[in-house]
Amino acid sequence: MTALQTKLLRDLNSLKGQVITIALVVACGIASYVTMRSTWSSLYESKDTYFERYRFADLFVSLKRAPESLVPRVEEIPGVARVYSRVVQVATVPMPGLSEVARAYLVSLPSNGEPILNGVYLRSGRLPRRGSDVEAVVVESFAKAHKLVVGDSIPVVINGKLRDLRLVGIGLSPEYVFLGGMGDFVPDDKQIAALWMQREVLAPAFDMDGAFNNLVLDLQPGADEKAVMRQLDLLLEPYGGLGTIPRDKQISNFLLEGELSQLEQMATVVPVIFLAVAAFLLNIVLSRLILLQRQQIAALKALGYTTLQVTLHYLQFAFVVVLLGSVMGLAFGAWMGGGLTALYAEYFRFPTLVFRITPKVAIVGIGVSFLAASVGAIASVLQVTRLSPAEAMRPAAPARYKRGLLDRLGITWLFGMSSMMVLRELRRRPVRLALSSLGIAAAVGIMVVGRFGTDSMTNLIDVIFHKEQRGDLTVAFLQPRPVGVEHELELLPGVLDAEGSRVVPVRFRSGPRWRESAIVGMPAQARLRGLIDRNGTPAILPKRGLMMSAKLAEILSLKVGDVVEAELREGKRAHLELPVVALIDDSFGLQAYMNIDDLHRRLHQERSLSLVQLKVDPTQLDDLRKRLKRMPAIAQVTVKSVVVERFKGQSAETMRVMTLLLSFFGAVIAIGVVYNNARVSLSMRARDLASLRVLGFSQREVSSILLGELAVQMIIGIPLGLVIGTYWCHALMNINDPETYRFALYVSNESYAFASLVAIAAALVSALLVRRKLSRQDLIEVLKTR
Amino acid sequence: MASKARRVLSAQGVSKTYQMGDVEVHALQDVDAVLREGEFLVLLGASGSGKSTLLNILGGLDSATSGQVQFRDTDLSGASDYQLTQYRRKHVGFVFQFYNLIPSLTAKENVALVTEIADDPMDPAEALDLVGLGARMDHFPAQLSGGEQQRVAIARAVAKRPSILLCDEPTGALDFQTGLVVLKVIERINRELGAATAVITHNASIAEMADHVITLSDGRVTSDTMNTSRKAPEELRW
Repeated sequence: MTALQTKLLRDLNSLKGQVITIALVVACGIASYVTMRSTWSSLYESKDTYFERYRFADLFVSLKRAPESLVPRVEEIPGVARVYSRVVQVATVPMPGLSEVARAYLVSLPSNGEPILNGVYLRSGRLPRRGSDVEAVVVESFAKAHKLVVGDSIPVVINGKLRDLRLVGIGLSPEYVFLGGMGDFVPDDKQIAALWMQREVLAPAFDMDGAFNNLVLDLQPGADEKAVMRQLDLLLEPYGGLGTIPRDKQISNFLLEGELSQLEQMATVVPVIFLAVAAFLLNIVLSRLILLQRQQIAALKALGYTTLQVTLHYLQFAFVVVLLGSVMGLAFGAWMGGGLTALYAEYFRFPTLVFRITPKVAIVGIGVSFLAASVGAIASVLQVTRLSPAEAMRPAAPARYKRGLLDRLGITWLFGMSSMMVLRELRRRPVRLALSSLGIAAAVGIMVVGRFGTDSMTNLIDVIFHKEQRGDLTVAFLQPRPVGVEHELELLPGVLDAEGSRVVPVRFRSGPRWRESAIVGMPAQARLRGLIDRNGTPAILPKRGLMMSAKLAEILSLKVGDVVEAELREGKRAHLELPVVALIDDSFGLQAYMNIDDLHRRLHQERSLSLVQLKVDPTQLDDLRKRLKRMPAIAQVTVKSVVVERFKGQSAETMRVMTLLLSFFGAVIAIGVVYNNARVSLSMRARDLASLRVLGFSQREVSSILLGELAVQMIIGIPLGLVIGTYWCHALMNINDPETYRFALYVSNESYAFASLVAIAAALVSALLVRRKLSRQDLIEVLKTR
Repeated sequence: MASKARRVLSAQGVSKTYQMGDVEVHALQDVDAVLREGEFLVLLGASGSGKSTLLNILGGLDSATSGQVQFRDTDLSGASDYQLTQYRRKHVGFVFQFYNLIPSLTAKENVALVTEIADDPMDPAEALDLVGLGARMDHFPAQLSGGEQQRVAIARAVAKRPSILLCDEPTGALDFQTGLVVLKVIERINRELGAATAVITHNASIAEMADHVITLSDGRVTSDTMNTSRKAPEELRW
């Protein structure tokens, strides 16, 4: 081992406190980057593999009834590869012990086994056998929610007849990764199922012998999807076709892609901020550490070492730090990524979801850290070697201080000598002060970013569930009911108030753009349903015309004053031309609101209701739920408190973990910065401070000079960090604008306080450590060494 | 020593100006100086007289604002950082007033720092034996007294068998007895290894052990004399 290598090892050892804290900063940067990027790519790859292997279809269409003989004609459409006809129906599942009736999609399976498209992955058991009319495969989410296993039976009402189905398998399908209609805020696993049965059993039950009511197909590579859709719609029109839906708008996949793209955006911006902050701090801290060796660098140069050799020596030091940080960061990132992926696995129902660190991600994370370290190390060494060795070897000339404003005002006597020393030192090195404060600000900012997700989620829940939906319970009907139902429900025991609305499923069309959506017809002075934008501001429903979700208008490229075409997805599928008279920047979904009377006037219908919101006496809620379960016309009863709990339990769970993780990283970074700042200051000013001690200053007075600098950095850094953090949140919000639900930027005072307090705690711990170091200083030794 | 011996190092008309804030400081003004093969030169002067500046320029640690510095046949004025580094590495041994040892390396390792990059070095242990520290070579600088640290610095300077040994106030931080030990070591190295040696001091007594004495004052040479007889270090008193 050469003498320089020995020096390297000894330096690393004697600076281990700093080496470890800097490595931790690096580790946090790399870990957050690796965790989030790799989690996203793992989810994405798992999804792709799943869809590929289980042949997720390209196009989906539901219709009333068409003869099987139509299938060859569909196959003849240019661009179509495979066509698979099915029977798909909705049935009710009166599970014992469940207050509400569950619904199930019944999906036919071909008699010869596996479907050609939209395959079923069997988690356990087998597919239903031919000839058995009671066997079914149940979707895993429903089985889990009800603790069902292979061999259990469940009651299902198939076309009015109650049957007991025996579950022979538990499965998953790419078309039901998320189960539930677009209207459900959060699908309830207990209330919605998919059941796969032999077509020869389903078809007769729904009068579909030799016929089908659902078609899925995939396309040849390079096929013109739009052209195929047009021809298909034309072909199926006479058979009650409801319009072809491409893969990206298939409900489950639409929600899945939405979730994934939201995660991708999170995984793009947040870790980049982290990595950049870590790199920035690494750069500053390391360069200061190296500058402390100014005289040693000069001595090496004087002894005949080249600048390159000296630079390489310090680069090695930097690399050891980064290497240490990388190993910790990768290990921690792998562990956290595994945990986060496992959380997502609960939510995204894929057959397998394996966390894998993408090599590219690891390389970028480590590479950026190395680069930042190298730049810092090289810049510092060059800064010293730029001076002639003779000059650099001398202790730096007495720093040049200037008389500042206070001196000129002649009020220095107001401050103690210690304060004057602090102020002059800060004045003399404005760049250092700025960088130190910026470092602290970055750490504080990161903690704000880490926490705002949860804040915004809480705010979203408040807006949707307390300001918008003021009822406790929502009753949805199978078919729209005459207005009298509102009064009927109001008379039920425990109901305090009832208010109905009409929901009409539509496809909005504007030029070439279209979107599946719904028109919500509401009474003019709604009591139980508020119209609130995402910042919590209430809006007033116009008397006539549509008030459209701003996001929907943006997608359709509509503005106030435009007319939109609405194709009704019920009844005779009439087309309406509706004026857009207002936009609302709402928090959830893509829909349009309309005065219920105006809606019915345009529909040429008697006023009817699709759902009724109820305000309920909480003590009678359970009785009411039981009563409602017995009412036949009701499709679904949603209890708000249950939905809120489920929502918190689902999306919020991953958000909470993410928040915890990011806050933790932020805290580590804060400690890393503050501690190193203080240590470097101590080393740089050791002689001054020791001189003061010799002159009779007390330990406390001397520390107050050093810690005074730290305090000033904190006073500048913390508020700056809160501003920077809020700004980063803004930047995040701007790219994070999904179609399902939309956050308003909301950072709670608790989060601001948390970020500030962690920084202050980090400062206090650092101050204690530095003070201890200061009290252990050998005064004579410090004064002797130059 | 005969003044006819070959010149190793020479300065002609060397000036050095520092910019200290708004003030120009003339550290050296038009200085001539010569160091010959095997010679023991003492640069004498009060603090601030410019002797350290001259030594640093001669040793390639600093460069002159104007004038010429020549090492044997090589012109050092206007040499690049790389050329100066090579010059120091191959030919110059330095001893500094404050030793400038690397605190994280032992005595032996501090010497090895130089022997590892020199062309024909001594063994570090041999160099330390030469300064009488063979027994303490595994000690860290902090475990050595000032005189011992200075002797390690000397061992480090001579281990490469330099053509020139430059010592900046080698006894400046030391008491009389310790200083004497250090001077004896330097004198022995000069005699045994034949390295042309230049020692800076503000102590006029030390000049008595030199072949050649240059006195500086306010950045100018005020006298340049040859000693006819050299005193042994033991005979010096201050």
